[in-house]
Amino acid sequence: MSSRTLPLLFINLGGEMLYILDQRLRAQNIPADKAKKVMNDIITTMFNKKFLEELFKPQELYSKKALRTVFDRLAHASIMRLNQASMDKLYDLMTMAFKYQVLLCPRAKDILLVSFNHMDAIKDFVKDTPSVLSQVDETYRQLIEMYTPLSSGEFQLIRQTLLIFFQDMHIRVSIFLKDKVQNSNGRFVLPISGPVPHGTHIPGLIRMFSCNGEEVKRLQFRNGGNYTGVLREGSFEMFGERVIKLGTNMYSVSRPVETHMSGTSKNSAQKKSVNTAPNPLAKEELNMLARLMGGMEVQKPGNADSGFRVNLFATDEEEEEALISRPDEFSYDVIKIQATKNQQANAELVKIMGDFTEEAGEPCSSSANSKGDDLLAMMDGL
Amino acid sequence: MYHKEKSIQMKSSASALYNNLSVLRIAPRSLTYFTVVHANMVNMVSASWDGLNYSHRQLQSKEANVATSSSLIMQAAWCVLPSRDILVLTSQKGIQMYESDGSIMVYWHALDTPETQTAQAVFARGIAAVREKYICVGISSGSMLVFDVPIKGSNITLSEVLEEHKESITDLASECSGSLECIADMVSADDSGNLCVWKSGEDFQLLNKIPDKAIEAFCSSVKLWKGTVVAGYGTGQIRLYEAVTGIVHAEVNAHARWIYSLDIAPFSGLLLSAAEDSLVRVWHLTMTPETNSVEIVHMYNECVTDTQICGAKFCDGDGYAFAVTGYDLSEIIRYTQV
Repeated sequence: MSSRTLPLLFINLGGEMLYILDQRLRAQNIPADKAKKVMNDIITTMFNKKFLEELFKPQELYSKKALRTVFDRLAHASIMRLNQASMDKLYDLMTMAFKYQVLLCPRAKDILLVSFNHMDAIKDFVKDTPSVLSQVDETYRQLIEMYTPLSSGEFQLIRQTLLIFFQDMHIRVSIFLKDKVQNSNGRFVLPISGPVPHGTHIPGLIRMFSCNGEEVKRLQFRNGGNYTGVLREGSFEMFGERVIKLGTNMYSVSRPVETHMSGTSKNSAQKKSVNTAPNPLAKEELNMLARLMGGMEVQKPGNADSGFRVNLFATDEEEEEALISRPDEFSYDVIKIQATKNQQANAELVKIMGDFTEEAGEPCSSSANSKGDDLLAMMDGL
Repeated sequence: MYHKEKSIQMKSSASALYNNLSVLRIAPRSLTYFTVVHANMVNMVSASWDGLNYSHRQLQSKEANVATSSSLIMQAAWCVLPSRDILVLTSQKGIQMYESDGSIMVYWHALDTPETQTAQAVFARGIAAVREKYICVGISSGSMLVFDVPIKGSNITLSEVLEEHKESITDLASECSGSLECIADMVSADDSGNLCVWKSGEDFQLLNKIPDKAIEAFCSSVKLWKGTVVAGYGTGQIRLYEAVTGIVHAEVNAHARWIYSLDIAPFSGLLLSAAEDSLVRVWHLTMTPETNSVEIVHMYNECVTDTQICGAKFCDGDGYAFAVTGYDLSEIIRYTQV
């Protein structure tokens, strides 16, 4: 559908990932210098110039599998490691959070304000590092250039494209359940109260006109909701009040991040047909993915002392338990990509991937489908 | 005014697309067909009137040279012509037409898709049956394709391409009152809120263009009844215009969010509107030819809790029953008058 969706999807999911990692780093009392390094490394990788160039090209959305692979790589762009269970949970939280934000945006155009909220927070994470800060500023400019001229119809197409991507995902998130923005069946609460979007009128008025444009009759009707006014318009510039709160950081050290796998199995019976239908574009997609990740500069691993593992669960036992008990239908197939533009970089990446596999369990599941295996074999020869 | 009936379960959930429900009533067989789009597939359910028999069929999007297409379907709708009913699917790659039960594809039209991806999306959207023999389909470029449909068989031909709109077509509607006196046969709406009014024929004639003065205008759903255009907007407003002149009859602050679907029951003048705000509203339109005025009154609200509604249609010409679909919902919810 819309070929301008990927940058927004990536930046917003990336933003959520950073919120969650930031919370976990503080909750696990990781030393401040190490935590800062992780955040900086990830943000540097996210906003790498070559990477963004690929991202901003007009293209269809990647499959869920491909996107998950990109985020796996991103999460491991620094000295931090995540076990598979934690990576799965991280991805669940990121996607459900952004799904929530897309659904609840008052106007389709407000997706851009949500993106700016994430960008504003990212900028704050790196405010002490000028080199990264300038990359972030450059991305603001690209976002403004690409998206502010779009009409509301084009934004609605972007929104519809995102909603198809998130279709049938109903993972329950503890923080959403507690705040009563999500029901126990995994569906989000859509209030029929509060302010109406900028540009909309509170429902209730019918005006009828004569042939020469004079108003001849007014009728009121009960709107069935409890609407309280009209939202102001947020700022679409590099700085400014965004008004919309969606996309701001909802986590803090005291609010743990949990998801519930049980009780969603009846929804999982829905086949996500876009995902499971054999994709004739798989080869094309893997090529795009390889180019994209070729642009991702991965940090050389430090010595054993500086690396550390982050757990998205309260204890190691919980993490292990989560991995075992995760229902099949929720497992993310991740493609192991070792393709890059040149042999040397390829060798380095192979080493890094090897390091991950040896030390910290399998951050990437190696259950790529057979089509993927053939292509990977082909790419290994690059 | 209405109460909820037993819902119909579908094989998959509804996607967030405008006008995402089409209903075909087959009186001789006491059946009603429903279609709902899910990404690259269409769920078709046939429901017997006694509520005892349901059968399902799924149709896939089509693409040239590819066995299974992942191209997304934008809309599916039945076109009711005097001699036959055709099911039309519009996707990113083209237009598929089937016999009414979805069993046989009778026609395929491929869209011109550029070699490399452009910033402008390519897709077909907006479907209407016009007079005795035309099916019109809109394109993302703003063009509209007019197909000439024979009484039977697959010899469907592209008769004309209408180039009037500059933005993507969002919806098309034909005059649904059945009256032959109406001058205007079809109305088309685009991404920037412009409405065009047409007369059908060997060459379609543009009767009027109703530009939208609002900056943020976007018309997602449009209907044409007794010469009156009913248009639903992204701002939640419904507006009634006289088709041939563009005179505004009425303006309604109808919904708090984007309107996704409108429908009219032609025999009774009932109007159904549904939006992302979870509400379905029923209105009544009355025409007074002497004063050339149209009145609209509000009749009923139905809240579909925690659901962004994407399709709402009457199941019969009187508006005795209506059906609703919502994003992420795998059921078709039905309501009948008490």
